[in-house]
Amino acid sequence: MSDVTASHRWKIEKGLSGDFIFKAMTVLFAFSILVILMLMLYEMVSQSLPSIRKFGSHFITGMDWDAVQGDFGALPFIYGSVVSSVLALLIATPLAVGTALFITEIAPRRLGGFAASLVELLAAIPSVIYGLWGILIMTPWLQQSAQPFLQKYLGFLPFFDGPAYGVSMLAGVLILVIMVVPIITSITKEVLTAVPRSQREAAIALGATRWEMTRMAVLPYGKSGILGAIILGLGRAVGETMAVTMVIGNNPQISLSLFSPAYTMPSVIANEFAEASSPLHSAALMHIGLLLLVITLIINALARLLLWSMSRGAARGAKL
Amino acid sequence: MSSMTSTSQPAVEQTNNMRSLPLRHAKNSLMTILMGGALLAVLFPLGLIFVHIVKMGISSISLDFFIHIPQPTGEAGGGMANGMFGSLVLIGMASLMGIPVGIFGAIYLSEYGGSRISTVIRFCADVLSGIPSIITGMVAYSMLVVPMKGFSALAGAFALALIMIPIVLRTTEEQLKMVPTSLREASLALGVPLWRTTLKVTLRSALTGVLTGILLAIARVAGETAPLLFTALGNQFWSSSLTQPIAALPLQIFNFAISPYEDWHRLAWAGALVLVVTMFALSLTARYFGRTGHKN
Amino acid sequence: MNSKVKLDDLNVHFGGTHAVKGVDIDFPANSVTAIIGPSGCGKSTVLRAINRMHDMTPGAQVSGRILLDDTDIYGRGIDPVAIRRKIGMVFQKPNPFPAMSIYDNVIAGYKLNGRTRRDEADEIVESSLQRVALWDEVKDRLKSNAMELSGGQQQRLCIARTIAVRPEVILMDEPASALDPLSTLKIEELIEELKERYTIIIVTHNMQQAARVSDVTAFFYLGELIECGVTKKLFTTPDKKQTEDYITGRFG
Repeated sequence: MSDVTASHRWKIEKGLSGDFIFKAMTVLFAFSILVILMLMLYEMVSQSLPSIRKFGSHFITGMDWDAVQGDFGALPFIYGSVVSSVLALLIATPLAVGTALFITEIAPRRLGGFAASLVELLAAIPSVIYGLWGILIMTPWLQQSAQPFLQKYLGFLPFFDGPAYGVSMLAGVLILVIMVVPIITSITKEVLTAVPRSQREAAIALGATRWEMTRMAVLPYGKSGILGAIILGLGRAVGETMAVTMVIGNNPQISLSLFSPAYTMPSVIANEFAEASSPLHSAALMHIGLLLLVITLIINALARLLLWSMSRGAARGAKL
Repeated sequence: MSSMTSTSQPAVEQTNNMRSLPLRHAKNSLMTILMGGALLAVLFPLGLIFVHIVKMGISSISLDFFIHIPQPTGEAGGGMANGMFGSLVLIGMASLMGIPVGIFGAIYLSEYGGSRISTVIRFCADVLSGIPSIITGMVAYSMLVVPMKGFSALAGAFALALIMIPIVLRTTEEQLKMVPTSLREASLALGVPLWRTTLKVTLRSALTGVLTGILLAIARVAGETAPLLFTALGNQFWSSSLTQPIAALPLQIFNFAISPYEDWHRLAWAGALVLVVTMFALSLTARYFGRTGHKN
Repeated sequence: MNSKVKLDDLNVHFGGTHAVKGVDIDFPANSVTAIIGPSGCGKSTVLRAINRMHDMTPGAQVSGRILLDDTDIYGRGIDPVAIRRKIGMVFQKPNPFPAMSIYDNVIAGYKLNGRTRRDEADEIVESSLQRVALWDEVKDRLKSNAMELSGGQQQRLCIARTIAVRPEVILMDEPASALDPLSTLKIEELIEELKERYTIIIVTHNMQQAARVSDVTAFFYLGELIECGVTKKLFTTPDKKQTEDYITGRFG
């Protein structure tokens, strides 16, 4: 390309050329991505320094969250985030992968396409609307029907113990399942679509049934991509704020029972940050934010690497 | 070994080959049913949510919703006019800040960038788009709200822009890459400078695709709530000042949904319907553009 | 020669396209039949009809009969999965399963029968690899990934995978077109040996290859069977003008 522009060089030498200015602009904006990322890390670290200095590693293991006494420990929030996300992923993964497989391998093309666009539209519904539905429809239903039912038949388990408030870890997990399934489904679908036809034909020609073909050729080929999709879903679940905040009960406690209200890292930030009572309180919230940022950075980097290794087919996941 | 190959008995082998067939077909049917079941289990709650939004939304929505601001606590009536207006202001400003960055960044990646640095930027953009939006809100807070000594529409728009940038960047880049090199070369060969070629030829022929990316980014931020909690903050009244807190539709839905008042719940449902219809419209338009874009 | 596979008025449609038009052929048992013709003449389509691969393509319609021995494989109540256990297929590009070892690739199809004893599996892997003359090259690294093999080795691996299922007929869709000349030669020698046990039908765009490996050759043009006969005769004194034009390189 430089050959082509060479003919204009006599003009260019006189001053700043359009090409130079234009390129400089694109460079500036492209690198702003790196700057934003660095800036985010820097801001989060510098703003949480008072808390890091004061509490150190005690912050992660501490159980107390007392704005009046100025004592902050984040363990209940970390616990709430980890448990709610992991449980949600355990339920969502088989549903999402099963759905994606049904769409790509079994359903007639029309039906599959329709179901896929439905799932994608649902993935676009904002978090606050899931929260609205969760708090006004799902939690009353949990309180009046589901929880009494579970208590009656599974109440001997520690997981279904205690009074039914509706708002609970259970509600948080369920809303997360509903929210991450469309994301995992649509990325898994992309990954499965990228499995070459020749792989499917190899299995079919060996006399495999459709399921055997899926197990033999499709799933192993898409393994890393599907794993990437699941981890991306995990990242979403961990960072999910509004819907969880609205249904999980917002009570910083560690309890085995899914009926107990709980609290997550993003939720406590959402609830307390705007009205933090002291500089140390906001630093502690920033500290939680920093932990959340680091966790999601790691999760996302891992997911992207897996998806990228699955080649271009799955790169579309970036848009979700 | 060689003795084995020559003494194989086709008849026996054949029966062995087919013996397990009924079982294998049964397993296949079972798995098919399980996968279909997964689809139904996924679509059922999502369908339920959709039905509830439409049902509750339609029964709650009225002309008042679009022209009034919320009534004081507990009083009947009122609407979310200021929230919708505020959302428009926020999205408009965020687009002004975020879209140029995304598009120019994408031009760098597809037209100039060396492969290694482009990969790094792409990777960072993908990772950035996975960062929880509440963190983006915190960053906007410490970068704008603290120095400006107050919550503001500007800070809210900045947070939304940060979310838009990676989405616009990645979709635009993908579209630019699909423009054939021959088109660029044809223009360059006519003596058109590279930067004009990029704007007038490359970007132009990818325009519908780029538009799709922009619409998707707008659809994404239109419903964002968490990053506005401590930037735009929300406002009970009309405000159009960029340095003052401003109302936003998702914030109002949130605040009204967690309130104990029946009337406010109704407003929240109406707001949810408006938001969902807007997002679906955006996303369907984006799909439409996306499809026609690929044909051309 | 008695026929193993017989096509009786075979027609294949894709949507509105009539890709294969009323084809009748007998494929003799324990011999190699080559299907030749210019690209787009429907030769691969015919081949894929023989193990019901078109079942997987939405919009594809097959009519007429294909007899394996005396059974119509498109008949009522015929299980395509069972058919494909008897009629194996090797594709144009080697397509081993990339997530599997060499060993697992060979045994993948056989294992579908259900639980397989370890020694039984070992035997099948060894005999199948020996039959494709790959055993000596890979016997020390059976557990390494199949993608580490060269293209020619991968294709022989795919053939081993196919014969491990113990089919009666092997379909080959231009099996050497993606390979270098030396690997091609090896595949051709292999085909020669395999015909002792299997009925082989091979699609090729390479007329020299057809002349070298096949006993019978069928020439297709625009979805129709123009001529089918003993290879030597077809290449020296064809009955039809179109065949002569094609083999002398006047078109295609």
